[in-house]
Amino acid sequence: MTNAEKNRLKDKAFQVFGVFCTFIGLVILAIFLIDILIEGLARIDWDFITSLPSRRASRAGILTAWAGTLWILVLTSVIAFPLGIAAGVYLEEYSKKTRLANFLEVNIANLAGVPSIIYGLLGMEMFGRVMGLGGSILAGALTLSLLVLPIIIVTTREAIKAVPRSIRDASYALGASKWQTTWNQVLPASFGGILTGVILALSRAVGEAAPLIVIGALAYVPFVPTSPTDEFTVLPIQIFNWTSRPQADFLVNAAAAIIILLLITFILNGIAVYLRNKWQKRVKW
Amino acid sequence: MSKKNYKLEAKDLNAYYGSFHALKNINIAMEEKAVTAFIGPSGCGKSTFLRTLNRMNDYIEGFRVEGDILLDGRDIYAKDVRVDELRKEVGMVFQKPNPFPKTIFENVVYGLKIQGLKDKRVLAETAEKSLRQTALWDEVKDKLDKSALALSGGQQQRLCIARALAISPSVILMDEPTSALDPISTAKIEELIFKLKNDYTIVIVTHNMQQAGRVSDYTAFFYMGELVEFAKTRTMFTSPKHERTQNYITGRFG
Repeated sequence: MTNAEKNRLKDKAFQVFGVFCTFIGLVILAIFLIDILIEGLARIDWDFITSLPSRRASRAGILTAWAGTLWILVLTSVIAFPLGIAAGVYLEEYSKKTRLANFLEVNIANLAGVPSIIYGLLGMEMFGRVMGLGGSILAGALTLSLLVLPIIIVTTREAIKAVPRSIRDASYALGASKWQTTWNQVLPASFGGILTGVILALSRAVGEAAPLIVIGALAYVPFVPTSPTDEFTVLPIQIFNWTSRPQADFLVNAAAAIIILLLITFILNGIAVYLRNKWQKRVKW
Repeated sequence: MSKKNYKLEAKDLNAYYGSFHALKNINIAMEEKAVTAFIGPSGCGKSTFLRTLNRMNDYIEGFRVEGDILLDGRDIYAKDVRVDELRKEVGMVFQKPNPFPKTIFENVVYGLKIQGLKDKRVLAETAEKSLRQTALWDEVKDKLDKSALALSGGQQQRLCIARALAISPSVILMDEPTSALDPISTAKIEELIFKLKNDYTIVIVTHNMQQAGRVSDYTAFFYMGELVEFAKTRTMFTSPKHERTQNYITGRFG
């Protein structure tokens, strides 16, 4: 074999390998989806979505679980959105490059890597016990806010960094203050990116079970929560609970609930992609 | 010359980026309602000096100035000077057209809006006046609510000038305003500068020697952070005092 032939062979070999690597994730996801769909799709009907949990698999529904998930979703965004964005704006626009800023920066990156169950323990102690919120929705939302804050802060900073210097210069040169420049120019221009980050962070929060189990979210909640101080459950916990039951019918329920949970996260991710594309088209330099 | 009223003066001005000495002992006095051009090779400090005139360098970490810059006889680096007030008086146009990603109208009235002006009639009138001043009105009057980013580069730059004029400054700083533009757009901007100097004091940084010759009344030649020569443009271009100036304007280095 000549050298040229060898090179061509290597080239070909890498192509095949690359295709394999690219598709491996997709294939696994597809197998997973098909498996879940076969098992659970038939179980999903209006009753399943609007029924309270029950000891009998055939009568059990996910009403309280998805209601809890919705509560958590809304409260977590209300808490984490302003905090994360404000922190990101501060770090990117205001803070001087001091040692303290460096320290903060490194630690926010560290926080993003802390396992979610640790946040659960922290949340249980701080929100559950010290603040006396127990296993309420509010305690859960606060805990999940801590979990997603680093992600929101980091994506906010990235989005703000992408706004060109020249836009800030133009605003400052017209006599605008830092806040006016941030509010009128930097935030609108980076909003698409920020929102994308926030939604992705939320779709992660929606899938979390561990920290909520730790703070004491219950698997069996026979009522729909009506206030932030109510006890609650969420879809991942419901799924976790059903899969640990011995009866096969509950596994079918779990599969059906997984489909609903996946639907919620796919919708969230879809919105994120849509927003990103929309804003990218609008803001060009 | 000593009896004249100068619009802008620098006295023993030194500027530093960290330990880098960017401007060395600059002494200059710029006349009101005249065009002063700053020329010199890249890195000579001309842009740095321009940006000290409206304190745009304040945001650069490690930047500091010593000495005085006087606007109408008042030190703009004095403690009681508010930067936003200063910048209402000293407008700026940048190298690359940098309209906001907003409508044409919003671009022009931005400066007024952040001052808290809300009266729609005043805003509309000011927008029209500023756009007429920059000869842009006829080109954009039917699309004021369209994005400014849809304009051509030359139009964008004139929009940026209109935006600066809308808050009625008395000084306009221009940092190589035509370096990103084609010759026709450049000619329009130069024409505009010629017209504007009836009402405004203009300071322009340019890399283009011919441009300095065409538009300016006075020229300052900077080299390595020093002001080498400052004179009437015609004098400087016909009989420069320093050899370095001579070499630069004849294109022997740069």
